[in-house]
Amino acid sequence: MQLELSAEDQAFREEMRTFFTTQVPQSIRDTVANGRELTKEQFVENQRILNAAGLAVPHWPEEWGGRGWSDLRRHLWLEEMQRAYVPAPLAFNANMIGPVIAHFGTSSQKERFLPATANLDIWWSQGFSEPDAGSDLASLRTTAVRDGDHFVVNGQKTWTTLGQHGDWIFTLVRTDPDVKKQAGISMLLIDMTSPGLEVRPIELIDGSHEVNEVWFEDVRVPADLLVGELNGGWTIAKFLLGNERVGVAPVGAIKRALGRAKELAGPLLDDPLTRARVAGLENELLALELTALRVAAHSSEGAPHPASSVLKLKGTELQQAVSELVLDLAGPRALGAADATGSDLPEWARRSAPTYLNLRKASIYGGSNEIQRQIIARTILGL
Amino acid sequence: MDFTYDDEQVALRDAVRGLVRKAYGDFEERRRTTREDPGFSEKLWAQLAEMGLLGLPFSEDDGGVGAGPVEVGIVAHELGRVLAPEPYLASVVLAGGLVAATGTPEQRAELLGALSAGEVLLALAHQEPGSRWAPAASAVTAREEGGSWTLTGVKEPVAHGARADVLVVTAALPDGGTGAFVVAPDADGVTREGYPTYDGGRAARLSLSGTPATPLGEPGADVTDSIAAVLDTARVVAGHEALGAMEVALATTTEYLKNRKQFGVPLNTFQALNFRAADMYVSLELAQSVVHWATMVLATGDGDRSADAAARAGLQVSRAGRHIGQEAIQLHGGIAMTAEYSVGSYTAHLHVLEQLLGDGQHHLAALAGTVADHEVLDPLAAS
Repeated sequence: MQLELSAEDQAFREEMRTFFTTQVPQSIRDTVANGRELTKEQFVENQRILNAAGLAVPHWPEEWGGRGWSDLRRHLWLEEMQRAYVPAPLAFNANMIGPVIAHFGTSSQKERFLPATANLDIWWSQGFSEPDAGSDLASLRTTAVRDGDHFVVNGQKTWTTLGQHGDWIFTLVRTDPDVKKQAGISMLLIDMTSPGLEVRPIELIDGSHEVNEVWFEDVRVPADLLVGELNGGWTIAKFLLGNERVGVAPVGAIKRALGRAKELAGPLLDDPLTRARVAGLENELLALELTALRVAAHSSEGAPHPASSVLKLKGTELQQAVSELVLDLAGPRALGAADATGSDLPEWARRSAPTYLNLRKASIYGGSNEIQRQIIARTILGL
Repeated sequence: MDFTYDDEQVALRDAVRGLVRKAYGDFEERRRTTREDPGFSEKLWAQLAEMGLLGLPFSEDDGGVGAGPVEVGIVAHELGRVLAPEPYLASVVLAGGLVAATGTPEQRAELLGALSAGEVLLALAHQEPGSRWAPAASAVTAREEGGSWTLTGVKEPVAHGARADVLVVTAALPDGGTGAFVVAPDADGVTREGYPTYDGGRAARLSLSGTPATPLGEPGADVTDSIAAVLDTARVVAGHEALGAMEVALATTTEYLKNRKQFGVPLNTFQALNFRAADMYVSLELAQSVVHWATMVLATGDGDRSADAAARAGLQVSRAGRHIGQEAIQLHGGIAMTAEYSVGSYTAHLHVLEQLLGDGQHHLAALAGTVADHEVLDPLAAS
């Protein structure tokens, strides 16, 4: 048992702190700090700065830009990034398809896609969920039928986050309808400029355009864009969704939001009920952070730590609870529209309700909190 | 940073686990032991002494072993798993802790040597009717005349106060502040009324009337800070005891869900029950992270940080203990209402720990007072 970071890890943490607070443009960090939406250009600029410094995809194999860091270092890297209001590398690229191609892809797929994926030269979208395949992902119905050197894809994906910026989409498609549902799924990489592919926006409860439907009508996809084995897509999906031990809960971002809430509270922080609420949240957040550190410091290679589900569950609850606190601190000031130009109400207050509403998604995506409870009950408690 | 035990610590855990399992592996044995005074097994107490566990936190010069809070926590965790009624917390951590913090070298050698050897049982008489975990004494007052000290007033509840061979009593000093004294139970003006607590433990009312007492350390010195530090240490050690108890309460509950049949099927057929067990696991993991962290903070010897960490652990454990304790009973149903079945006693003991050292609301109030002192918490910050 030892509390302190080793001298080397402490120095690493300082190095990250210095980089993130000096090398990423202030305008990008201010956008994050104020809870505004980042433009595509800002995402790309940020990721290229990180990638040039070897800080975009440190968890990838070293051959493709990885750094061979310990999980603890990855935790510190991510915490310092969030603390400095630096946007994380695009998750679809850095955390989802990149590791998948590195693990399952052919050598020509790796050559073609990995450097461009790390550098955000390609913006990837995720094509997993469908209108009738949410938590029950394996019941997806989008089909891919072999036709010579191509697959022909038909169907509909949904909840495609930032798909309006997407260049390519990694999709799970049904390639064998006659077997057990998990056994007939494959992964295809699809160019989003292909004829027959259409992206349609979905307006959300916070007024944002964050997610989309993606429709496929006889979209022809070269067969060499199949990832891994034909009908081996479910294994890849499980790898993609389940191999994360670091960054499961955005601890740094929640801490930052709670710290800022205290600052925004002003005189409300003299109210004993508000103070108690903040103190309670801080303690729960401390427990989450320490659990994340335990998981990061003591995961055996490859296997997800059983407490990962705890991190997802509690992390999303706290993320939501802090946004609820900010909404309550705003009070009647929250009624001002986020994009109102003629309002005297502070911007943070006008953004508090959209943020609160938007973050309801956190306990739904990436395996809803009910799915996490199912995982805990089944795999940890043996129920 | 390291959250794991080394080989020696694992060996210590296994040794203690083996010993207490032999004594109380059968819950009926605990019931039998707690039915009759002194409410614990003198035989097991002697075995704990033989293994060196009673002298664990004390320096070798004082007759102890010179181990740290990590090792003491390991012992407490194992005692908590079987709800061992032995007065480890009361005698070693609280009473022994205050002697170690305030006694002269001679007093320490005499009292702690005898305590470590299992020859003398100490009890700390600090709480007073109406006081709520304050480090200062007020209802018992100390008088000095010609270099001799006497104490007058009532202490209650005094854990294991009726069985104790030596009483360590705190009292308000004539010139302000709180002093610590050694009182012989057969001294003039001492009345002790022992009784069982609702978890099968023992406590007493201690009445003093012009009772001769020997100051611990320098006569007339204010030791309020030392008392506060000992209470903080005890809170973290009690956290370990609670973790052990919660772990077993959860395991007992999950076993029951797997084995108990209703409507012709095992209870774990019902998702509503499994999800509640999953939430209990979440509470346990989060509490464990904070308790282990607080233990490492204690080991740094930094008093201010330790006080903060003890309050944080106390709050987290209180929330987790109530959640797990209440749900353990509810998920069992009627059987858990019986004294014969273990789970209800675990719940009772989790509450007793709070009443001895401070409940969640007490700690939350302390933490609420400091929310404006920091922007965010950094559990790894160097002092």
